[in-house]
Amino acid sequence: MKTDHSGPVPEPSGYQRDRELPIHLVRPSMTVPQRIANIWRYRDLLKDLVAKEIKVKYKDSALGFIWSLLNPAMFILIYYIVFQKILKNGIPLFAIYLATGLLAWNLFQSGVLGATGSVVNNSGLVKKVSFPREILALASVGSAFIFFLFQTVVLAIFLIIFRVAPSPHFVWLVPIALLALLMFASALAVLLSGINVYLRDMQHLMEILLQAWFWATPVVYPFMELSKQLKAHGLTWLYLANPTTPVALTFQRAFYVKANPLGTNGSIVHILPSYGPMWYLAVLGTIVVLSFIFFLVSVYIFGRLEGNFAEEL
Amino acid sequence: MSTAVEVVSVSKTFRLFQEKYTSLKEKAIHLGKVPHEVFPALSDISFEVEQGVTLGLLGHNGSGKSTLLKCIAGILTPSAGEIRIRGRIAAMLELGAGFHPDLSGRANIYLNAALMGLSRKEVDARFDAIVEFSELGGFIDNQVKFYSSGMYARLGFAVAVNMDPDILLVDEVLAVGDANFQLKCLAKIREFQEEGRTIIFVSHSPDLVRAVCSTAFVLDHGRLVGQGPTAEAVALLQKFQLSGSGLNHDPSTEDHRLEAAISRDIHISSMMINGVDADRGVELAAMSQVELAVVIEDVASAAGACHVEVLFYSPAGVALIRAHTREMEMEPIIVRGTVEAVVQFSSLPLAVGSYSIQVNLYHPQSGMMIESRRWDNGIMIVGGQKGVGGLIAAEANVFVNEVSSRHFL
Repeated sequence: MKTDHSGPVPEPSGYQRDRELPIHLVRPSMTVPQRIANIWRYRDLLKDLVAKEIKVKYKDSALGFIWSLLNPAMFILIYYIVFQKILKNGIPLFAIYLATGLLAWNLFQSGVLGATGSVVNNSGLVKKVSFPREILALASVGSAFIFFLFQTVVLAIFLIIFRVAPSPHFVWLVPIALLALLMFASALAVLLSGINVYLRDMQHLMEILLQAWFWATPVVYPFMELSKQLKAHGLTWLYLANPTTPVALTFQRAFYVKANPLGTNGSIVHILPSYGPMWYLAVLGTIVVLSFIFFLVSVYIFGRLEGNFAEEL
Repeated sequence: MSTAVEVVSVSKTFRLFQEKYTSLKEKAIHLGKVPHEVFPALSDISFEVEQGVTLGLLGHNGSGKSTLLKCIAGILTPSAGEIRIRGRIAAMLELGAGFHPDLSGRANIYLNAALMGLSRKEVDARFDAIVEFSELGGFIDNQVKFYSSGMYARLGFAVAVNMDPDILLVDEVLAVGDANFQLKCLAKIREFQEEGRTIIFVSHSPDLVRAVCSTAFVLDHGRLVGQGPTAEAVALLQKFQLSGSGLNHDPSTEDHRLEAAISRDIHISSMMINGVDADRGVELAAMSQVELAVVIEDVASAAGACHVEVLFYSPAGVALIRAHTREMEMEPIIVRGTVEAVVQFSSLPLAVGSYSIQVNLYHPQSGMMIESRRWDNGIMIVGGQKGVGGLIAAEANVFVNEVSSRHFL
């Protein structure tokens, strides 16, 4: 069916030839802004891929997404028994302390780990369909974020059971901390997903590295415990240079609230640093900016690697 | 008319590894230097495709036609050069690539369309058309893993053609599915052609390319070795196949441009069907005797020779009958002045309907096509038994036999 150009209203279903069409280029190198514009154009795909991962993950399982709650709940229970009851670390409301840090960490870990294998695991798509491949890594981070939202239910339950109210001085920093964490995780995700195509060890290496990284972040033990010892060597800055540390601290400050509470053994325990909200804002802001630059670098490197994806897979 | 696809000196090299070192240990041992050969899959290809043209890409296995298509689709990035594409492109390299088996047909439509760059709103608007074309009906909410391969292919094709693409890339995907599905796909492709959309079509089947495309390019060893009307390009491809599949053949030493290679001394001047000019269309009764008299003229007034091939095409472009004098092991027809080559069919078993006839002349030694002419709807079969149709003429009688009797009280 040909559309008449002189006609008053072109039929919506009719094909109009000779109209102005956008031109796009396929060439060896695309600039970083072009790549980012392309990712933005496919933002609906990001949503669909995230929805797919969530739907597929617990498909045909009886408990469904409840599994994603049982996982951190079990973790918290075990660590609570080991550290509170057996090792007697003396931290009051240890379950809440664990839940806050773990929530942030799980988002980071599952996002980065899922993303590392994302391009390789979707090789069928990468070889047959053209779309910005960065989306695959970003979708892993996105679905980790959705599971994070599910898991906040666990934290909410603990907060209600122990009657703890979030701190009004710090709770507004949580969205900024999330932004910082997501930005950093996305940058890492894009970089690692690209490298993993050429170096399949990356997947296994990350599993080990993330374990070390987990213990380098104050989730199980209190920040003050380690920083006390690091301070003697003047290395606190190194501890804080790990982007997941300030994010975990923000979560803990906002939901665990107390910095120096009375311990279960009757003496005061130092758990969180006594920095004010502005210190957190400055640190989180720095992470956001640096992570954004890291993201641009990752996209650039990914672009360089992408050219041979279809052959390497 | 404007250019839809512009390919500017595109090259693509693949690295061929004897052994691939992808683990860290192996990379460390070989210090990142992996022994490999560089294989040029495409070398310095440039061409333009006008809007509304249906272009066929021909070539034997490994000639680079699929690589070229993947570069145009943006799946592979060329090593050098660039490709300018005007408008939305939809690539059908594999039907239903990206379908997730655990998701329903409905969810997969959204996912697949999003992969091709459609927004959610655009998919909503096309959803009903996609379901209708796929003929899935109520199965659309079933998980895709329960679909038959035909249903899978239909859904994949339905999503791709309903993307409203300005440029459609098709790679050998019509080979799947049953005859009905293939006809439906061909009909959709014809509709796209009439609407003035650009189509780039890759197929191993010269018949299919001849049926669909107006012009064709021939690729050999990553080079563009010929371009022209489909019939001539198919002839060139056949020549390459005759010369040992071109495998140990260096295209740079010989000029294979069609223009130079084809002798234009011999012409088809007209064709008579049972004494009536084919240009006017001829009506025949089913199963009747048919004589095609091809009038061949020697323009250069020097005796030439040729082989004649006659093809009958169905309305969907499927070759139904083919007769080729070389394959019938006949001597070449000597053309001195004007001759009439008569191809006689004692009874033409075509069902009621109209059919196209194509006559091709081939050079006797090289097998190259000299000329090709087609008479669309040149023959019309009328009469026949009422209620019996299809493509092949048949006579049907219906009986009812009592197999076992049952008494009704």
